[in-house]
Amino acid sequence: MTRINVTVDGVSNADDVEPRMLLVHYLREVVGKVGTVVGCDTSNCGACTVHLDGRSVKSCNVLAVQADGHEVTTIEGLATNGELHPMQTAFHENHALQCGYCTPGMIMQAVDLLRENPDPTEEEIRVGLEGNLCRCTGYHNIVKAVAAAAGSMSSERSNA
Amino acid sequence: MIPASFDYLAPTSVDEALAALAEHGDDAKVLAGGQSLLPILRMRLNAPETVVDLGRIEALRGIRDGGDHIAIGSMTAYSDIVASDLVREHAALLVKAVETVADPQIRHRGTVGGAIVHADPAGDVGAPILALDATMVIAGSGGERTVPATEFFRDLFETAVEDGELLTEIRIPKHTGWGAAYEKFVRVAHQWSIVAVAATVRVEGGSIAEAKVGLTNMGNTPLRASAVEQALVGSSADALADACGAAAEGTNPPSDLNGDADYRRHLATVLTRRAVQKAMEG
Repeated sequence: MTRINVTVDGVSNADDVEPRMLLVHYLREVVGKVGTVVGCDTSNCGACTVHLDGRSVKSCNVLAVQADGHEVTTIEGLATNGELHPMQTAFHENHALQCGYCTPGMIMQAVDLLRENPDPTEEEIRVGLEGNLCRCTGYHNIVKAVAAAAGSMSSERSNA
Repeated sequence: MIPASFDYLAPTSVDEALAALAEHGDDAKVLAGGQSLLPILRMRLNAPETVVDLGRIEALRGIRDGGDHIAIGSMTAYSDIVASDLVREHAALLVKAVETVADPQIRHRGTVGGAIVHADPAGDVGAPILALDATMVIAGSGGERTVPATEFFRDLFETAVEDGELLTEIRIPKHTGWGAAYEKFVRVAHQWSIVAVAATVRVEGGSIAEAKVGLTNMGNTPLRASAVEQALVGSSADALADACGAAAEGTNPPSDLNGDADYRRHLATVLTRRAVQKAMEG
């Protein structure tokens, strides 16, 4: 077992883990962040996407020990003081989910996309989400939601 | 799916990492960004007794101006290369290739050095590295040595990095002002190249003064299309097809579900023409 210290959604955790434990299993089974899901288990689908030190990663393709000393944000840490993140609101308002399984990963990747490119074109949104698969093929509303979130986040910034 | 059990070492210096490799020998596997290794471990295609994680060695990260070349630390993430003005200015071809690798999440974790040493012939880093005449810096117990890219890739998943050694840096001669393009042929998003072509050209007075062309997945290693490079000299944008017809010369492409060898040879000529054309435009 290896001792790791990982800050997850703002809370510091110290745990003994097997080196082979994947970050997604650590988040779900040790820390209890079951909002992050395991999708394909082959690092294709992106459902398990979280932020590691502010950058999106597929948490089934990172070992928990690699996150030692680092900060993780999951879908559960996105809302602040009970207020949904603008991306979560946009997914809600645009009906950007059908079965909902890809949603945690889609939202985390979409937030990362806007961090790098706050005003993406439709094509840039589609390319930016290429590592996230929606098995319901509900991409149309997902892309709409990301564009809506970009709009609301930019007006928030200009009002600030 | 989870990997088989292994012992985990996280050295913080190259010397410490080399000592760990010397101690554990064949039983150890080096972990860079892990974006190829972790799927392999999860599928149990490999089950090393010890994993040596280079992620804590800060000295292996970063991009610096080396005067006549740029030096890229082997543990530099793909996304840091795409974001680097230095690489964009002096080795645009590498940026064009790297931004097509997998997807944003993978590019945040995957490293240029990890990809090169993994040496998957369908990977997108080998061809531009070869085309740009890069030099690899390899550290071992006896010190440091340098190997030109032309001698680096030996076979499928096999490079000049021997047991007990580490790739520490990639040095790319400056190609300032060269146009560049990477034409990658895939069936679906974020997949491996069926064939890809990396082309960079120096244009003078509307025609090609120098051309360098690398091929992805046209053999067991990345390849240079030397015949095309020579034929392109002096060509203008509207007369590329003949020169690019030789793109598959000397290649030995695989046949698989995505296409047989003849199809890949055809793709190589078409993609070479497109890549050179785009490279001439900037």
